[in-house]
Amino acid sequence: MAKDVTKTYTCIVCPRGCDVTATLDESGGIVSIDGNFCPRGETYVRNELTHPMRQLTSTVAIQGGIYARLPVILSAEIPKEKMTDVMNALKDVSVNSPVNRGDVIISNVCNLGVDVLASRSM
Amino acid sequence: MGVITKDIVIIGGGSAGIAAAVCAYNNGCKDILLLEKDAELGGILLQCIHNGFGLHRFKEELAGPAYAQKWVEMLDATDVEVKTSTTVIHLSADRLITYVNPREGYVTIKAGAVILATGCRERSRGAIATPGFRPSGVWTAGTAQKYINMHGYMVGRRVFILGSGDIGLIMARRMTLEGAKVLGVAEIMPYSNGLPRNIKQCLDDFDIPLYLSHTVTDIKGHDRLSSITISKVDENLNPIQGTETDFDVDTLLMSVGLIPDTALATEAGIKLHPKTKGAVVDEHMMTSVPGIFACGNGLHVHDLVDFVSLEGEEAGLSAAKYVKGELTHDKSLEITAGEGVSYVLPTYIDTKAMEDNTELKLRVGYNARNVRIVLSCGDRQIKEINKLRIAPSEMEKFPISRDELSGCTQNLTISVKEQ
Ligand SMILES: Cc1cc2nc3c(=O)[nH]c(=O)nc-3n(C[C@H](O)[C@H](O)[C@H](O)COP(=O)(O)OP(=O)(O)OC[C@H]3O[C@@H](n4cnc5c(N)ncnc54)[C@H](O)[C@@H]3O)c2cc1C
Ligand code: SF4
Repeated sequence: MAKDVTKTYTCIVCPRGCDVTATLDESGGIVSIDGNFCPRGETYVRNELTHPMRQLTSTVAIQGGIYARLPVILSAEIPKEKMTDVMNALKDVSVNSPVNRGDVIISNVCNLGVDVLASRSM
Repeated sequence: MGVITKDIVIIGGGSAGIAAAVCAYNNGCKDILLLEKDAELGGILLQCIHNGFGLHRFKEELAGPAYAQKWVEMLDATDVEVKTSTTVIHLSADRLITYVNPREGYVTIKAGAVILATGCRERSRGAIATPGFRPSGVWTAGTAQKYINMHGYMVGRRVFILGSGDIGLIMARRMTLEGAKVLGVAEIMPYSNGLPRNIKQCLDDFDIPLYLSHTVTDIKGHDRLSSITISKVDENLNPIQGTETDFDVDTLLMSVGLIPDTALATEAGIKLHPKTKGAVVDEHMMTSVPGIFACGNGLHVHDLVDFVSLEGEEAGLSAAKYVKGELTHDKSLEITAGEGVSYVLPTYIDTKAMEDNTELKLRVGYNARNVRIVLSCGDRQIKEINKLRIAPSEMEKFPISRDELSGCTQNLTISVKEQ
């Protein structure tokens, strides 16, 4: 009989941080997923096994704001390995105040199909 | 001219203070003043640019500044008077408040009720077991966070972090993304104080090693930090000779714990809790001084902002009741932390004035699985709740109703028991 392997992940979707265990068959196919308190944990582990996704937050320069930096967030998660590309794309960006929360700072950043949004008004 | 009076004065405009103001206002108290030392409202959230805020309240994962802004918008919909760039410098037990700001100078007012929402400070002294000299490049993690995220000043290139609290973990990721090399995180305890998700997404994702049961035992450098030494510690947390490892770094961030800011509470003669280091309160968030309430990180250090906002609302509601004469100050039942519990709040329950339902908030002393949290009155067990997992890094809530407490005359104890 084929031997199954298990892999345990800490779900990062919410602060509860469930330990979710994936059981995989010999060819890496998912046999079962347990330990997740809610369905988002299963989606998270399926993604971790195939293409891990992450949210990314950072800042860009702002002129005329109360502070020198405007915090930004992505409209959706991106593949983990693209985080550095997006950080590089933010480096030379500078915006002018006023900016509203949710304004698009860069659309379709690095052709990933997600936008960089202002986290706050400033 | 007589002293100006206000029904409710709230000191501190972070998550706790804003929620207290909104809630007191919505419960019929219209004469409210909110005082904030910084140039804008929001508190610590303004520098917490990562996402993870507001899952309970808004059902979405907001960045800290976005969560603050949503609350400020709720506050803007009220007539609460707000003064920013205004620092409260004195508070007395009879609720005289003195503040200073650039517009009015030095002003004393009298409040019907006061809510302390002053947040917390970062511990730093005594964190490193090396005497004397400190080169530049040694920062508390929160100060570094503010410099990088709000002012755009990068504090270092080769970094080590002491303490695995959430701020330290979040800064490890933040500095890595900004191009710094984070060589490791040392934690003196055998477990991390941070949330498991932050270990995963802030350290593991970037292959940053976590050294458990380790501490920093030496720091070197003249003007600027040049290297640090970490050592393994024994079960008494004393460094073990011969286990030293050196790291060449220009920056050391300390994330070794937070402590409620109680400067004003102390001045007003409010009794402090030996464990939380914040005020002793009853279930209405009222301190030992009648009419003075406390909430948020200024009361006890929280890990989730949603709970800070809830606690602010409780304090706001209670203060509104107090000024209407609907609250007594009868601290009838005392609750103490039993085995396995490091602290429980509130310290007192006023059984006469208590609502139908209330909540005890507690932190446990260790990591465990499959345990029961048990509340007893003398020898009699009143209620128990099963827990799959407990951790010192996560605040537990224990709901309790008026009915469940009926007939309790002796003091209550809450403890962790095996299943
Ligand atoms: C670095 C960090 C990361 C965090 N990450 C998360 C997370 O990912 N998710 C989550 O849910 N929670 C997180 N939290 C927890 C949560 O955000 C905080 O606990 C919460 O925002 C604290 O709110 P507060 O109002 O009690 O304190 P603060 O926000 O600190 O507000 C206190 C305010 O009082 C003012 N003040 C103090 N003294 C005076 C005075 N004498 N006169 C006038 N004003 C005064 C201060 O200027 C400040 O604005 C984090 C906390 C920190 C510190
Ligand atoms: S499985 Fe659900 S409850 Fe558990 S950490 Fe993930 S999102 Fe949170």
